[in-house]
Order: sequence, then C-alpha cells, then structure tokens
Amino acid sequence: MMTIHEALQVLAAERSQRVVITTMAATGIWPKLSDTGLDFAYIPSAMGHGPGLALGLALAHPQRGVILVNGDGSMLMNLGALVTLANHPANVYLVILDNGLYEVTGGQPLVGAGRTDYALIARGAGIERVYTFTDLNQWQSGAREALSGPGPVVIWLKIEGRLGEKTPKPPRPMAEQLARLQAALAQPLV
Amino acid sequence: MLDGPSVVAALRSCGVTHVLWIPDSELGQWESALSSCPELQLIRVCREGEAIVIAAGLMIGGKRPVVMMQCTGFFEAGDALRNVVHDLKLPLFLVLGMRSWKLRDRTFDSCPRFAEPILRAWQLDYTWLGEDDLASAYRRAREAGRAAAVLLPEGSP
Ligand SMILES: [Mg+2]
Repeated sequence: MMTIHEALQVLAAERSQRVVITTMAATGIWPKLSDTGLDFAYIPSAMGHGPGLALGLALAHPQRGVILVNGDGSMLMNLGALVTLANHPANVYLVILDNGLYEVTGGQPLVGAGRTDYALIARGAGIERVYTFTDLNQWQSGAREALSGPGPVVIWLKIEGRLGEKTPKPPRPMAEQLARLQAALAQPLV
Repeated sequence: MLDGPSVVAALRSCGVTHVLWIPDSELGQWESALSSCPELQLIRVCREGEAIVIAAGLMIGGKRPVVMMQCTGFFEAGDALRNVVHDLKLPLFLVLGMRSWKLRDRTFDSCPRFAEPILRAWQLDYTWLGEDDLASAYRRAREAGRAAAVLLPEGSP
C-alpha cells in the first residue's frame, strides 16, 4: 500500500512532458505537485469518462502522451473504455488508484472492493502493457518503465483509503483550464 | 434517402476528421463507406457517452469529430453531453438516429415520445435531415461555435 500523496509524487517526478489529467480526489492534490498548462483537472467531469477525454487528446496529439489519473470507482463506471483503448492505439497511460471506496462522497465501499482484479480486466480487454504496483518501493522503481514506450498502458496502484475527505474544487474555471492546455499543446516537445 | 457515400462526401466537404459511433440498423448502412474513407478515422466505442467525451478530447486537440448514435444511446449519454456541451462548452456535433419516428402515431416504441423533449432539456439545437442537409447543418454549427444535432427520422426498431 501507499498513500495517494506518495503515489502522485512518483507520478509527478516521472511524467516528463506528458499531459496529466486528474479526476475526483486526485484533482485536489495534483495542483500542489504540478500546476502547468499540461496539468488538467477534469472537474466538473462527465462521471467515469476520463479515459475518453485522454484518448481523444492522445489521438489528436500522438507524440505528446496523456496520463489519466482515474479512481477505481470511476473505472468501474466505464469498464468498456478499456476495450476502446485497446482497439485504438494511442499513447494513453491510465493510472487506476485503487482504494476500494468512493472517497469524495465520504468513503463508502465500492462494489467488489478488494476483489476486483483490474490488471486481469485490462488484459482481458486486450491491453498488453499492464503494470500492478502494490507498494511504494515497487512503484518508485517501476514508474519510469511503465510511463515510457507506446500506449495504451494500464497502471494499477493499491493505495490507502482516506475517510472524511471533501469533494475537491476546480483549481480554476474550466475555460481558463482549456485555454492553458491548448496553449501548452501548441508548444513543441523538447 | 441519405446513403453512406453521400454522408462521407458531406463530412469530407466539411473537413471532418473523425467519426465516433455506435451504429443502429439505419446508421449502420453507412458502415462500409465510413470505414473505407482514408480521410476519416472511424472510432468504434462501447457506450455512447464515451463517444461524446472522446470527441471532446479531439476537439480540444484541434480536430473536427462528428458523433453518431441512436436516440436510445443519446438518452444513456446525458451526463457526458451535459459536461461536454455545458461545462466544457465545446461545439459537439451529433447525428442521431430517431428510432420509430416515421411511425410515431402508431408505434409501441416510446422513443418518439421522449426524443424531442430530451433534446430541448439538454438545450441542444437540432434540425431534421430531409428538411436540412448534413453539410449545411455542420457548417452552421461550426460558424456559430455551438453544439448541435441533426436527426435522422427512422422506421421501427
Ligand atoms: Mg476510489
């Protein structure tokens, strides 16, 4: 196990010049780790649809690469997205933060908490590059490999659940976030 | 009747780059024309809301997608539509197959009863194919920078 802060710190260190889209609980933590035009807090969101946003961006900007930080609850709302990702190759790196609960609504357990095997589901959907990290040391040593090379990649992280968290607020208005992201995407990769 | 080659010609004339869809039995007749056009990337998805949000990512990235689905899938995809059109304010363009519309005064199907009220509830501009044409509807929506749908009147399911 690792905390969500530890998991995201490793991601921030290894994300390179990729876009990072955060959803749900991660949107409240990520701006303290990185807050550039390439960091997009998907809030307000279409529930469970982060993978689609990441795929569309990755298809439009094939060299850039898009990391999506998804919750386990969000993933379960849209498991078909794994099949779609597997069949439309693009550089999407889908990180599943598995804490077994809906954190932003107060910590109610998810259906299948602790039993659902996201790696098996991702492989069954046809995704070939699937990584599972159950503790911080593993994630620290494996993150660079998992986040490099061609997508789609699914990265399943077991994290500690937190109780009593509030729903995060957007870091800035959506129009401003979109303008920042588009400006950043217009810059050449170095 | 609109056939696959005319749909592809209309989309190409508008500079459309991607078609995201889940076909129904009438839209599905466009399959071979859509999938064999090298200028259009056809993206098959699992659920209609997914198509709408992938289109959002493509639009943010500067592409010109069109999303096609049956009205039933549109009913399912409400939250994605709400977010993409009203939160992200992106000019989503949809082609919707309106199941049983041609039989609306004599069908067991409840789709015709809910189709227009739901489009109005989501505050989406729409016109009907037949009265409007696909390329003009797309160009008008694009010039206005607004989301819009064109509706294909269909027969029974
Ligand atoms: Mg969770």
